[in-house]
Amino acid sequence: MNEAASGATVPFWKDERKLGIIFQALLLFVVLATLAFLSYTAYKGMRARGLEFSFAFLFEEAGFLISEGVTIANDGSGWIFRAFQPSDANWQVLLAGLINTLRVSLTGIVLTTILGVLIGVGRLSSNWLVNRLSFAYVEFVRNTPLLVQMIFWYLAVFNKLPPLRQASEWYGFILSNKGMAIPWVATTPAWTQFSPYFYGGIYLWIGLWLLRWVWKSPRWLYWAVPLGAWLLGLFMVGQLPVTLSIPAKQGFRVAGGALLSPEFSSVLLALTIYTASYIAEIVRGAIQSLPKGQWEAASSLGLSYGQTLRLIILPQALRIIVPPLGNQYLNLTKNSSLAIAVGFPELFNVYGTLANQTGRSLEGVLIVMAVYLFISLSISAFINWYNTRVALVGAAR
Amino acid sequence: MRKLLVLLAVLSLGAFGFAQQSRLDVVKQRGKLICGVNGGAPGFGYINEKTGGYEGFDVDFCKAVAAAIFDDPSKVEYVALTAKVRFNAIQTGKVDVVFRNTTVTTSRDGSVGVDFLPVNFYDGQGVMVRKDLGVKSVFDLKGATVCTNQGTTTEKNWTDIDRAHNLGTKLITFEDFSRSFDGLLSGRCDAITTDKSGLVGWKAKAPNPDDLVILPETLSKEPLAGFTFQNDSKWRDALTWIVYATFQAEEFGITQDNLSEMLKSSNPGIRRFLGVEGTLGDGLGLANDFVARVIKHVGNYGEIYDRHLGPNSPFFIPREGSLNASYSQGGLIYSPPFR
Repeated sequence: MNEAASGATVPFWKDERKLGIIFQALLLFVVLATLAFLSYTAYKGMRARGLEFSFAFLFEEAGFLISEGVTIANDGSGWIFRAFQPSDANWQVLLAGLINTLRVSLTGIVLTTILGVLIGVGRLSSNWLVNRLSFAYVEFVRNTPLLVQMIFWYLAVFNKLPPLRQASEWYGFILSNKGMAIPWVATTPAWTQFSPYFYGGIYLWIGLWLLRWVWKSPRWLYWAVPLGAWLLGLFMVGQLPVTLSIPAKQGFRVAGGALLSPEFSSVLLALTIYTASYIAEIVRGAIQSLPKGQWEAASSLGLSYGQTLRLIILPQALRIIVPPLGNQYLNLTKNSSLAIAVGFPELFNVYGTLANQTGRSLEGVLIVMAVYLFISLSISAFINWYNTRVALVGAAR
Repeated sequence: MRKLLVLLAVLSLGAFGFAQQSRLDVVKQRGKLICGVNGGAPGFGYINEKTGGYEGFDVDFCKAVAAAIFDDPSKVEYVALTAKVRFNAIQTGKVDVVFRNTTVTTSRDGSVGVDFLPVNFYDGQGVMVRKDLGVKSVFDLKGATVCTNQGTTTEKNWTDIDRAHNLGTKLITFEDFSRSFDGLLSGRCDAITTDKSGLVGWKAKAPNPDDLVILPETLSKEPLAGFTFQNDSKWRDALTWIVYATFQAEEFGITQDNLSEMLKSSNPGIRRFLGVEGTLGDGLGLANDFVARVIKHVGNYGEIYDRHLGPNSPFFIPREGSLNASYSQGGLIYSPPFR
């Protein structure tokens, strides 16, 4: 068909190309108009009730405690990480909530991947017991709501542990309804002298890694450089900069060591176990989608079951697993906002308190949404990057 | 496309129909009051397990408003609100008024953007612990785990106490106070803190109330009041005087039982108060006999108090000698004159 001729004879309301553009423009207009209209309504509603839209509250003092959380603060000489204090500003308490969200999500992502892959492989096991147990796990966990599971872990498991006074100590581990206390490294006064060597070692390692385009250092150097710096530091300082802090009961709480609170533990456990059931199905589906010949070829080469899985099957299955796995990571992160039910101070929980103390619910929820969006997009970007890395070179996409 | 346009038109109607009409007229037109209450505060606002209806001290004030406007205390739609969303419910206009054991504070009046009604219950924050802990005072709680619910004044009050006395406590905030209570029973929480009236109610609900003890200290002033929109004086005035009417009725000694005799009283103050003469109600945009309606259906302040918090109720909070006594008994329940 002659385009010039058709353009001249066909009126624009019959020209599909032009109609397409017009409709897209109209749609865009409607979307923008709706957004503008909604913002205007919110603005008008707030005006009618004498409220103003402002983010100035972020720099006011928070004035409330949260049960656990680390934030960044200026200690006079510079910005450092330290426990949140009620005298900190509102943005710092939001940051503490964000760090708690990241802490539980990232730990959860690592653990749930391991558990999910194990269960997924178990679903295909020829061992009847392993196979059925994995099946039962997936079906049971996947078919009960996450919120219910979270509350179950909290109320029925962690809250039912013995009270601190009656809890038994086991090589420095104390398990009570105040949480699980474990021995942990703590710095001694000598740390201030040692820390330049410590960070120096790390910087040197990063330097080697960055220079690898120019000079490819032998592998052992990556170990030797930081260790050398630290040993030199130890020699120069002459004292141990870190010590093992053993938890001990002290009144109402445990002093020393590190404490995994029941709130954190139940959120982490619930997220890990719940998401693992989905990952298990993804892994099973990916393995089953591989041609049977892969198994047969491997076994005819004399590879054992474990070797076949590790060397032949999982690397190929990985390509299929990665994109849906990213979805599960996103779900896990977003589901962490359910932690409010068990009182874990993650971002959404902190937002709840903050909005109520300041009356800034609209501004607060915009921030929270933006932050979740940012986390999700970051995870997506990472998964996409990883996906292109593991994709078959030259394969059709 | 047409659907979208219709949708847009409906949406805009919703917005422009939202004229600057007083909520009092909106409520009258609607034929019922939408009242925000607490769904789980024993004695104040809770669901009666036998009848399935809302009951409590605060709920009776919703009924009083409905009685004053419609002469029918049942014309109320109750909306159970958590502490966290109660202000949003008013900010967005979802409910007409909230009676939900809410403390009057400056920031709530100012930046949160609500207007408070007269204080109808004077409370103070308290702390409850298990008896076997052996704690005698709030200051024995160094390093303890303290639990409360989110979106209340208690979070900041406790933080202030903690900072002032260097207690180093850990504060866990749950969305719902019942979880704090579970935490206290299981031992996750060494102490729970909320208004003392609330603690009394929760204690009564415990399997063994004697295992729990409310510590003697009162940590804060918690004057509880209903609240409604900012910038709607007509509606707020009506609500304010309905609350005052319950106070004044008690002062006059007008009860549900003797109302019919009091209507025949020759005392001009009482006649004006009950709307037999004068135009007090009209001036507020209410029926002239709105006070009589409130008393007929709900009773005076003392009757409301005794019904839900009196010695015969499961949630007994002594009134005599407390701030909640009538001002003539040395308390703070005081109404400006109806004239």
